[in-house]
Amino acid sequence: MNKDPKLPEIDRGTEVFSVDPLIVRDHFEVEYIHSFKQDTPFFHGLSKKKILGSHCRKCRYKYATPRTRCMYCSGPTEWFELPSEGRVHSWTVCYYAAEEFLKDVPFTLILVEFNGVDTLFLSRLIGVEREDTHIGMKVRSKFRRKATWSVRDVYFVRAG
Amino acid sequence: MVQEALDYALHDLGGKLSVRDIDGSVISYFSDHFTRQLKAGAMVQDFVGLCPKPHVRIEGGGATGGLCFQQAWESVASGRYDVAAAMGFETMSHVETAKGNEFIALASDTNFDFPVGGYYNGYYAMMVVRHMHEFGTTEEQLARIAVKNHNNACHNPYAQEHLALTVEDVMKSGYIAWPLKRHDICTMSDGAAVCLLASEKAAEKFCKNPIRITGIGAGSDCMRFADRPHGKVPLLPHEREKDYKKLKYPGVHSFRAGRTAAILAYKMAGITNPLEELDVIELHDAYSSSELQTYEDLGLCKYGEGGRFIDEGRSTLSGQLPVNPSGGLLACGHPVGATGLMQAVCMFWQLQRSIKTHFGNGKLQVKKAKRGLIHSHAGTGTYVTCSIMERP
Repeated sequence: MNKDPKLPEIDRGTEVFSVDPLIVRDHFEVEYIHSFKQDTPFFHGLSKKKILGSHCRKCRYKYATPRTRCMYCSGPTEWFELPSEGRVHSWTVCYYAAEEFLKDVPFTLILVEFNGVDTLFLSRLIGVEREDTHIGMKVRSKFRRKATWSVRDVYFVRAG
Repeated sequence: MVQEALDYALHDLGGKLSVRDIDGSVISYFSDHFTRQLKAGAMVQDFVGLCPKPHVRIEGGGATGGLCFQQAWESVASGRYDVAAAMGFETMSHVETAKGNEFIALASDTNFDFPVGGYYNGYYAMMVVRHMHEFGTTEEQLARIAVKNHNNACHNPYAQEHLALTVEDVMKSGYIAWPLKRHDICTMSDGAAVCLLASEKAAEKFCKNPIRITGIGAGSDCMRFADRPHGKVPLLPHEREKDYKKLKYPGVHSFRAGRTAAILAYKMAGITNPLEELDVIELHDAYSSSELQTYEDLGLCKYGEGGRFIDEGRSTLSGQLPVNPSGGLLACGHPVGATGLMQAVCMFWQLQRSIKTHFGNGKLQVKKAKRGLIHSHAGTGTYVTCSIMERP
């Protein structure tokens, strides 16, 4: 039996922002095992240079994003390929961002509308200055050659 | 923080009500990421001395506080409690602003929205860009709202920012997400607010001048704003279908959840023309643009007339229907779980006509305020609550 048990000292210390109230630096990190579940075909589609939307089999409403069931009639949907060209429905240029995207600023976000499709698709537009970006502008999808299995594998450029 | 707010509320009742008289609580905070403490609601319940009474935590993005208020109302209206405490807080200073924006953006679809740009300022910017396209709304009109709210807040000691701004100051404050600028957007905040809700009998016993809740409404919309419909406007009693013949609604320019919440709350409170029948409003202006869009959702003017509504000064302190006399989220800050309750506290004081007592000056007191609306709103309009309060 140890007569004088003792915890080892920690030499690296702790970064202190404020003494009173005591505010210290702390760290938290986590790895996820993220499943796309029923949306998996959408990501398979991106790897084949296709954006897949969902088409209600019952009421024929067409969504530019994956939805297993129709939000109007609860009917099951089937996948369909969105046109490669669309128009800017709305847009912005971000000069600040969430930490993860600070490295990208300034970047342009767009909502794309497609002929014959009832809803929109959120993406990035590249290669166009803010002064030249406008609602109604024709845009075309492009895809990363090496899939990262993220919705960022598709982006848009000016069409024509 | 929550303790401080609760103590203030109990003190305001002149010691007639104590923690012992509270039957249960609803506690609201938005983000477990900010607290980095799951069940932080249970800690509040414990540390303010409410154990072993019943308690539930409620969360719904930016509308967390408004939902908490309505949940507490339900617990009293159902007869379950005589006195319910609605207590909300948020501690956003635990991370830097860019990380805070990331946490908030995790409230957007993390498969389809977050990875693209993960940034609410960007989402709301796209929503107002479409509003500008549909209706001709201008950046100056947004700036006028920021100026109004910031200047109101100069007389509110509880506001986070006390900045007397001009339209020029706002216009020059730098783009964050075009066309939204620094002063068009609320800040990260730490804050807490507490409301005590009671049955009529309990209210009479504990409070000299209670305020009655006469209307409750809430609505929701698609998680991804890209999925929103382009259909017809749900009409308020004073609107006609021909008003909106060409308008595709809500698209991304308006908030269907806000309109739905307003319809339900007005119906319950018997309001048929909100502009005429309300005296004061505290609404969710996380962005100057969302205040402008909300004028229309609430039916204070028709869709498309929000810009003119502020141009004519109708929502200023001396206007026809003062909106955000407190300074709103733009100037008071937006400690998410507390925000909707902060609005309720300000409305309570407005209708009691006790602003002078609590603010130390009466400049923001809306004279003869009898009936008011509070409005709480979550990311891109996924949840919205409207509650009507009245001086008996």
